[in-house]
Amino acid sequence: MGCGTSVATESQTKQSEKELTYKLFYSITQRADESPKAPSPALAMKAAVLIQRWYRRYMARIEIRRRYTWSIFQSIEYAGEQDQLQLSSFFTFMLDNFTHLGGASPDLISQFLDPTSDPMEEEDRAAKYEKIEVPDSYPGPRLSFPLTVAHTNALLKAFKQQQQHLHARYVLQLLHETKKFLKKLPNIIHLSTSYTKEITICGDLHGKLDDLLLIFYKNGLPSIENPYVFNGDFVDRGKKSVEIIIILFAFLLLYPNDMHLNRGNHEDHIMNLRYGFTKEVMQKYRSHGREILLLLQDVFSLLPLATIIDNKVLIVHGGVSDMTDLDYLASIERHKFKSALRPPRMSIDSSQDEDKRKTKGQLPAQSSGGHRSISTRYSGNHLMKPSSGASSPSSSSSSLSSSIPKSHRMSDAQEKDTSTTSNGQHPLHHRSISPAGILEVPFLDSDVTITPRVPSREEMEWKQIVDLLWSDPKNQNGCSPNSFRGGGCYFGPDVTLTLLKKYQLKMLIRSHECKQEGYELCHDGQVITIFSASNYYEEGSNRGAYIKLGPDLVPRFFQYQVSKSTRRMTLQQRVSVAEGSALKSLREKLYAHRSELIAAFKQYDTYNTGTVSTSDWASAVESVLCLDLPEDAMPLVRLAPDGSVEYLSCFEDLHMEQPIKEVTPSLVETLYRYRTDLEIIFNMIDKDHSGLISIEEFRQTWRLFSSHLHVHVDNAAIDDLARSIDFNKDGSIDFNEFLEAFRVVHKLDSKEKH
Amino acid sequence: MAEEKESAEAMISEIHKQITDAFDVFDHEFNKTVDVREVGTIIRSLSCCPSEGELHDLLAEIEEEEPTGYIRFEKFLPTMTKVLMERRYRPIPEDVLLQAFEVLDQEKKGHLEPEELTKYMSEEGEPFTQEEMEEMLSAAVDPDKNVILYKDYVGMMTVEDN
Repeated sequence: MGCGTSVATESQTKQSEKELTYKLFYSITQRADESPKAPSPALAMKAAVLIQRWYRRYMARIEIRRRYTWSIFQSIEYAGEQDQLQLSSFFTFMLDNFTHLGGASPDLISQFLDPTSDPMEEEDRAAKYEKIEVPDSYPGPRLSFPLTVAHTNALLKAFKQQQQHLHARYVLQLLHETKKFLKKLPNIIHLSTSYTKEITICGDLHGKLDDLLLIFYKNGLPSIENPYVFNGDFVDRGKKSVEIIIILFAFLLLYPNDMHLNRGNHEDHIMNLRYGFTKEVMQKYRSHGREILLLLQDVFSLLPLATIIDNKVLIVHGGVSDMTDLDYLASIERHKFKSALRPPRMSIDSSQDEDKRKTKGQLPAQSSGGHRSISTRYSGNHLMKPSSGASSPSSSSSSLSSSIPKSHRMSDAQEKDTSTTSNGQHPLHHRSISPAGILEVPFLDSDVTITPRVPSREEMEWKQIVDLLWSDPKNQNGCSPNSFRGGGCYFGPDVTLTLLKKYQLKMLIRSHECKQEGYELCHDGQVITIFSASNYYEEGSNRGAYIKLGPDLVPRFFQYQVSKSTRRMTLQQRVSVAEGSALKSLREKLYAHRSELIAAFKQYDTYNTGTVSTSDWASAVESVLCLDLPEDAMPLVRLAPDGSVEYLSCFEDLHMEQPIKEVTPSLVETLYRYRTDLEIIFNMIDKDHSGLISIEEFRQTWRLFSSHLHVHVDNAAIDDLARSIDFNKDGSIDFNEFLEAFRVVHKLDSKEKH
Repeated sequence: MAEEKESAEAMISEIHKQITDAFDVFDHEFNKTVDVREVGTIIRSLSCCPSEGELHDLLAEIEEEEPTGYIRFEKFLPTMTKVLMERRYRPIPEDVLLQAFEVLDQEKKGHLEPEELTKYMSEEGEPFTQEEMEEMLSAAVDPDKNVILYKDYVGMMTVEDN
């Protein structure tokens, strides 16, 4: 006992505190008995303080849970965007090698290329849309041009009531008119807050129509007295992207001087393939969907890149880099850049193809400079750890990137054009090329041609745009490649300061990142992030916000949160829902990397006990998944009595719904992990969006993909798989069905079903 | 003797870890500082249940001489370690909480009207903000009877809290 420890034992203190509190109340209650009515003021106060104290602590604990949930969502989101990187480098690979797949199937490869722009003239196209018939029975809004307030009101009403979709004809006409209008706009729009007008600035909407309607409700519809700037990312993820762009474009045409749209990184047809907009369009417009999507490609690429208010406030979707040059940006032909994931091509005509075919069979004599600037940037990604299943792509790419001058320095790139890189390799085939420059894919031709050089001006323009649409601010000084996103930069306070000074600007308003409160300031208040999609990750995850800016250029923030259920959920309930959803996502991610994770756990588990310490568990997960997990992701696993983690338990609550017997477990895991990428590629192959691709196409795509990733998949296994999925033996595969097989079911979900 | 010392050391290092983890959640800039307005949440997340007044006193110990709006970890750790070691501001047991509600229920009805609770919470003690009041009512008021059945409420909250 008398060991000098100053720590009172728990039970002692608890006891004495309890006694004290009891005594207090006991004595007071006695008095209360004497005066049956109002408690004495002192007593009421004590009771009130007690309750308040307790309640505030309860709320603090909910807040902590909310933050943990948030960090899980964010980690997963950014890790998901790394996958995007994989896909884009695959596309580059495809583009670079398309001629040599000619032996196998020219169509397959040409389908990855941008469809050549329709030679039809604008007037002819307008006439073509005019001819589309709208049945008399169609109850939805009917548009005619020029638009009037009656049209926008009708659209808002129809969408609010969730009735009819706008008829395809009107969609096409609207997009056609929008395209015509956008063509006339410069890359950077200049606005002024004259006449004491306040401008309202909104951030990402991501298909959340309810948020847009809520903003209009709180802040009024766009009009000459009520100008708006929407800062990109109108589509993807949410379910009402189509409605949002219809409304935004309609107001754009109606109030051309008071409605302004900036392009976001999701106004990009390849992003749309992955994140849901393409699917939404095809589902809502079965006959005309493809045409609408084609037209949208043009419209998106014609959206302005930036807006400047009073020459003082710069508004862009992502951010800036240390190379951002607003004057240069103003001079670019922005419509050439359809997607951030496909670098611009000089021309799509056959003469270039001819050249390529002619040089077939030659070993690479020179390597072109970094004309595929996307890959150059991406190959500098040091975050792609070798343990992610591909055989050390990062080690080869990081060694390459160190031998290539950083893509930032464009002047070096010009010199690069005429020289080989130090190790003779094409700088961009950072994965699948052996030193001789010969591809390892079996059925491809054995030689590789280096595609002709593209002038570095295009590369520079490319970088300028991608930086604007994809960058994120960071807290430390400097400017580094944005490895999480796979595009753009992380820019520090010094970069911001330099830029603002250079153009005599006061602040930068950007979006691109979800913030819990809907907005956030950084870089000493000079950078504002504004995000307008509330409940972005999950019901209750975050608020949305918008900014009002008057002539004083002092921003005022307005927050809101859309609530789905009619009965308002308590904060506690909302946090629980969000938490459950975050943990589910996390569990799925663990499942997708099961074998690597188990290997990592086993390394820590030296005595083969089946348990590891919590910190070892967290380290293993972090290294395999490249996720930064909060410590409290513990509900995912079972703890042994001594507090250590039974690591196999985190895989327990998931199983595949319809296992395909022909598929080996390791193949299952691989297919599960890459299912999103496969879905995108299949969707690209499936030109008529019928949901079917041929067996041959399936086989080839899979082989290419797996060889590119150096994933060891037995080709025979893929053949078997392909044959077995072709259920009706007609030579085509319903890939949605195929992918369905790799959907995992959570234990709790299936419990609920029974 | 040595064992007890060892376990005391282990306890301290465990406490240090808890404090560090909680602090890091709010350290957005990764420079071992947090916004002073979040300190209340951090402290409460460490199983402490101080009143606002007690929190204020605690802050005075942790803040810089010239308040900067930020709290540094170097000051936070020792103060919080002492708090946790001394088991200050322990959470309130369920039965004591229930008694507090009973005190406010003057007429011993077994429930409280929303107006009653609002009056006490917003005017007495360390008053709630409007937001806090609304949030509490949304969870506490029984939707059918439109009263606060405080016995059920306390029971439910303490279960969820664990």
